Amino acid sequence: MNNEPQINVTTGTSVVGPPKKTVGVGSWLKTNLFGTWPNIILTIVSTAIILYVVFHTGKFIFTADWTVIETNFRLLMVGQFPLEETWRVWVAIFLISALLGSSWGLWQGVMKHVALVIGGLMVVSLVLPFIQTNTRLILVGNIICIFLFYIIGRKVKKLKIPVLLLWILFIPLVISLFNGFGILPKVNSNIWGGFLLTLLIASVAIVCSFPLGVLLALGRRSKLPVVKWFCIIYIELIRGIPLITILFVFQLMLPLFLGNSIDVSNVLRAMVGFTLFSAAYLAENIRGGLQSIPRGQFEAAQALGLNSTYTMGFVVLPQAIKAVIPACVGQFISIFKDTSLVAIVGLTELLGMGQKVIANPAFLGKNMEVFLFIAFIYFIFCSLMSYVSRRLENTLGAGER
Amino acid sequence: MSELSNQKKSISPPFWRNKKIIPIILQVVFAIIVLAFGYLLIDNALNGLRQIGLQLGFDFLANTAGFSISEAMIDYQPTDTYGKALLIGMLNTLRVAFFGIILTTILGLIVGLSRMSNNWLLSKIAGVYIEIFRNTPLLVQIFIWFYAVFLPMPKIQEALQIGPMLFSNRGTAIPWYEKNQGILLWGILFLVSLVIALFVYRLMLKKQIESGKKNFPSLWALGVIVVIAIISYVVTGNTPVTFHAPSVAGNGFDGGFVLSPGFSAILLGLVIYTSTFIAEIIRAGVNGVNKGQSEAAKALGLKNSTALRLVIFPQAIRIIIPPLTSQYLNLTKNSSLAVAVGYQEIVSIGNTVMNQAGRPIEAIAIMIAVYLTFSLITSLFMNYFNKKAQLVER
Repeated sequence: MNNEPQINVTTGTSVVGPPKKTVGVGSWLKTNLFGTWPNIILTIVSTAIILYVVFHTGKFIFTADWTVIETNFRLLMVGQFPLEETWRVWVAIFLISALLGSSWGLWQGVMKHVALVIGGLMVVSLVLPFIQTNTRLILVGNIICIFLFYIIGRKVKKLKIPVLLLWILFIPLVISLFNGFGILPKVNSNIWGGFLLTLLIASVAIVCSFPLGVLLALGRRSKLPVVKWFCIIYIELIRGIPLITILFVFQLMLPLFLGNSIDVSNVLRAMVGFTLFSAAYLAENIRGGLQSIPRGQFEAAQALGLNSTYTMGFVVLPQAIKAVIPACVGQFISIFKDTSLVAIVGLTELLGMGQKVIANPAFLGKNMEVFLFIAFIYFIFCSLMSYVSRRLENTLGAGER
Repeated sequence: MSELSNQKKSISPPFWRNKKIIPIILQVVFAIIVLAFGYLLIDNALNGLRQIGLQLGFDFLANTAGFSISEAMIDYQPTDTYGKALLIGMLNTLRVAFFGIILTTILGLIVGLSRMSNNWLLSKIAGVYIEIFRNTPLLVQIFIWFYAVFLPMPKIQEALQIGPMLFSNRGTAIPWYEKNQGILLWGILFLVSLVIALFVYRLMLKKQIESGKKNFPSLWALGVIVVIAIISYVVTGNTPVTFHAPSVAGNGFDGGFVLSPGFSAILLGLVIYTSTFIAEIIRAGVNGVNKGQSEAAKALGLKNSTALRLVIFPQAIRIIIPPLTSQYLNLTKNSSLAVAVGYQEIVSIGNTVMNQAGRPIEAIAIMIAVYLTFSLITSLFMNYFNKKAQLVER
């Protein structure tokens, strides 16, 4: 309020421009931190809180004994995946690096940041002191791979469709790689573990639940009463009960319901449970998108002579999905976080492996270190995803409604 | 069939293109597939159960449970029935959900308002808090609280004291009230004072509007309540309740209210995790109110806090309620994670019943029914509240 423009009311001649924005450290401090008395008190209290938290966190981080993570790093990452078969995991990671690099080259934007963060994570693990030399070499190879494919992606724009196809086929490819394509010996799914299992469950659930969610959303808006009510009951039932009961149902009751003839592994049961669970939530998100499409779009499509399938597939659905992509990414984040629940039903994904580690008497009293490390990994990946979601929201302009 | 042949004779399109018949056929096919699939599953399940020698039915609820429950809100012995055990589980779920919802709303409101504060530092702290706690899985947070904070607490003889609270690996003891003799009289007098206060408030407000002078109606109302409280203190000779700070006596706490490590962990985890979502909802709600509204309030000369209270918030509440409801429901559903830290709520007890009585289908059906009831009741209540908020509008 200091720089009120001086308008000469009596003559009315002077046209005064907008007040100058005050810049500089002093005025910034004044408006943001020390403007009024309550503000000053708030600033002091906040500073005290920050100092207290930072001091104690820092003290813990630097005094804690992190050897528990060093010793169990491999367990936490890939579980009991056999040492001589680890190359399969590396192949999968190389494939990711290549895909990320080429997508960065092809699409820029969000993919650039994702590729850089993943590359950054590799650099960080490169400098961790306890990583073995050959692992370091492979990591360096991965980083080079990202940049190599970035350059290829920038040069060859024709790659867009093959890269997209590879992204879609990525999960089936990796799983069949672990299963050995029928040529190599099978790495049984009950020894998949650690962060690898977390990623596998999350990505299978995300990839499979999306089409199922679209179908359920369409079904819920269908004019056929039988289909509509089936979808409504399914969605509301699943949304009404906690995920853990669904996991119990699938762990304990799926063998009962399927009879003795079909043997489904623990991991697959969890994946099916997650897929069916998140499909219900995604369906509600997508239904929101479908409702946001104005009637005119349907009528225009009809006027062009499209039948209802084409209207949905080529006109309405693309717009609806575009509108709800950020909400869907939010849902994907919560699936990723929820994968930690499989620790309760006895699978050894990241959190389950952490529980196994602290149960080992050799690491007595190292609970905080192990769980903080796990929380940190989840935090990095969830933050990355929520950042992508925010970027998408801006670029798609979907948040503006 | 005759209908179909009739149609063939007429000029109307063949039945595979008939817009009236196709949907019916599709629905019949869909229903047949769903029913056949369901029949297959249930048949398998019944066969499987028969092979293990189990039968279906809820008669087992009357059998003796035989396991103990450490935190029961009503009297419970291991000799009681499965039904009673499940009822206690349900009450425990309600307990954690009830306290969780109250605390998380308060915390979420504080964080949300801090996030919107003009103070740069405070707003950044709130932002970091939200980012950290919403981007780590709830179960990991609960495990940190349980395995890394509450379980490693010192033994009960060396309990850690912070203020009036005592922390040990057996649980946390907080001060709690004890009823005194005249509590009934206190209650009655308090209700009377509320009625009189409301009457006085209305009267003074009316006078203020008529005369245009400041009459401080809320101060008057408060005064009435205080005066009657003093009177009732004089009459009964003591306060309605006495607060007792807990102390350690032998192998247990004396006085106070003891929260088990499991309960503390699940409650803290739920409250902190959900508060981040509530903070964002509140921010979105307040930002969702048209900017002209706050400018108009400023033009009328309202203080910032008054404008927030009387202009912004009543409008924001309409945007806030629907997502808030779903967060409350999420909190209730997430309380099922207590099964991982040994707090015995419905899923945990249902799990025990499932293993012990060998009734997986019935136990899971009960869990599902309980949660669906909670969801339904919460949505009904919130819909009612939502309607009230909508009516205030115009």
